[in-house]
Amino acid sequence: MLAEKQQANTLLSPEDCAEIDRWIGKYPPEQKLSATMPALRIVQDNHGGWLTTELMDAIADYLDVPAMAVYEVATFYSMYELKPVGKHKVCVCTNISCMLRGSDDVVTHFKNKLGISLGETTSDNKFTLKEVECLGACGGAPMMQVGKDYHENLTPEKIDEILAALD
Amino acid sequence: MANEVCFQHIHLENAWTLKVYESTGGYSVWRKILEEKTPPAEIIEQIKASGLRGRGGAGFPTGVKWGFMLNAPSELQKYIVCNSDEGEPGTFKDRDILRYNPHAVVEGMAIGAYAIGATAGYNYIRGEFWEPIQRFEEAIREAYDADLLGKNILGTGVNFDLYTHYGAGAYICGEESALLESIEGKKGQPRFKPPFPAQVGLYGKPTIINNTETLASIPTILSKGADWFVNLGVPNSGGAKLFSVSGHINKPGNYEIPMGTSFKELLEIAGGIREGHQLKAVIPGGSSTPVLKGDTMMEINMDYDSIAKAGSMLGAGSVIVMDDSTCMVKALARISHFYFEESCGQCTPCREGTGWLARILHRIFHGQGRKDDLDLLENVANGIMGQTICALGDAAAMPVLSFIKEFRDEFEYFIEHGKSKVTGEAAL
Repeated sequence: MLAEKQQANTLLSPEDCAEIDRWIGKYPPEQKLSATMPALRIVQDNHGGWLTTELMDAIADYLDVPAMAVYEVATFYSMYELKPVGKHKVCVCTNISCMLRGSDDVVTHFKNKLGISLGETTSDNKFTLKEVECLGACGGAPMMQVGKDYHENLTPEKIDEILAALD
Repeated sequence: MANEVCFQHIHLENAWTLKVYESTGGYSVWRKILEEKTPPAEIIEQIKASGLRGRGGAGFPTGVKWGFMLNAPSELQKYIVCNSDEGEPGTFKDRDILRYNPHAVVEGMAIGAYAIGATAGYNYIRGEFWEPIQRFEEAIREAYDADLLGKNILGTGVNFDLYTHYGAGAYICGEESALLESIEGKKGQPRFKPPFPAQVGLYGKPTIINNTETLASIPTILSKGADWFVNLGVPNSGGAKLFSVSGHINKPGNYEIPMGTSFKELLEIAGGIREGHQLKAVIPGGSSTPVLKGDTMMEINMDYDSIAKAGSMLGAGSVIVMDDSTCMVKALARISHFYFEESCGQCTPCREGTGWLARILHRIFHGQGRKDDLDLLENVANGIMGQTICALGDAAAMPVLSFIKEFRDEFEYFIEHGKSKVTGEAAL
């Protein structure tokens, strides 16, 4: 058991641990479970954009919480990815305000341009196209999020420019 | 008059910095409270007198909520939590407050914490809001450096530590008890109430949760006075409020205007309807609030009572405008899909019911509707209403009931003809 635990912990880099420690410090000392969400985000960001079971187990070990508690959180929230994603995650909002301003056309443009539908990844693993619920930027509809950045008032031309600027 | 509270200085360059915030009087209220050791009960009385009601959608009087904490045992740790988990479709005001006026939220939280006896606070910001998160965390850093947060603030012996917690994609976490569960590192599933958070909140301790706009309004209310604020608005709807206007409108955006302003005027401020089109329908308070016909909206004012009288709710002030090109079946199908996606799965009526609503609307929108589908929709919606732990169930049911009530002919047409009365098309 102990050997397994040590092995799991080698999955987390010193940078991961330092960042997680900073978050643990935000919560009362006896409430390390609170750091589960930040830990999942940090590890996902630092390990290729998605979470393997081994990474989740390593987080559970590091925080000293049951693995099930980490799985519960990882499967509940939509920003955690449990399957491989492309280098650039493109999240298109199709909710009501974006729909009223042409999010259907945005999705169609992506389909034509990248040859993938919502929920799919390009064969070169460069882009994953994801349908998301309202991202709270309805004043700039239609909008999408690529990585951490919001892009608003989308047009086909603007989407082409944004994609061209990504390596 | 516009932009007098949360947006009062956002036109200035680098409005989000401490320097600019202080140059417009920022932190003067917090400094004065610290210096004069204002009794907390006095602050709470002023907030009560201001008529400020929760800006996140529920509209509960903020001063009354804070007052609940005066009875909490003094030896217990207490928390103040800011709800920046903005996710109700049509709502995008808190994002701009965090981006352009984050110090007002910091100051509002500090004052709130002092008033309720909390020494620690969290701002729960949705995880997608990366830019707002950066702005808010920078504001926290600046405030610590200026000795406006932390231990023994400005040598007064007052302590207040402020932290961020990021969401990770879950609309339900905007519900206050789900939000607390989320900070505790769990799935965001709402708690039974009572006990209310003021009794048993974060980590089981007395906690007050306020919306971002609510907290950002506090410094201005206290500096200009409760009377000034209450008189901006109309009876029972004190102050000014941010209205997020989206959809078929020429100038979508956030507009901070006095409560009680007519919808007609707000429509004008937001640039009006696209040329060649007519106003058809408006969802006045975010996707969960009942839709109203455009003609009805043109007669009413943007305040709690006026909108309630017309059969809907002011909610978070999220005004979704639809012109005559809108297929109401498609609009409702999208909204219902959202609530199905976001139901946390805890209560059976909501978990199962939102799925039924979404699937029935999906088949109508795909030209596969059945004769008794409207009765079935109403039956399922009524089976959810009032039967769940939190308000998400009602939020899913209200659009369905109101869309069918106001635009029944469009739904009947779609079922009968297998295509939209408005566009002549069905989904593929």
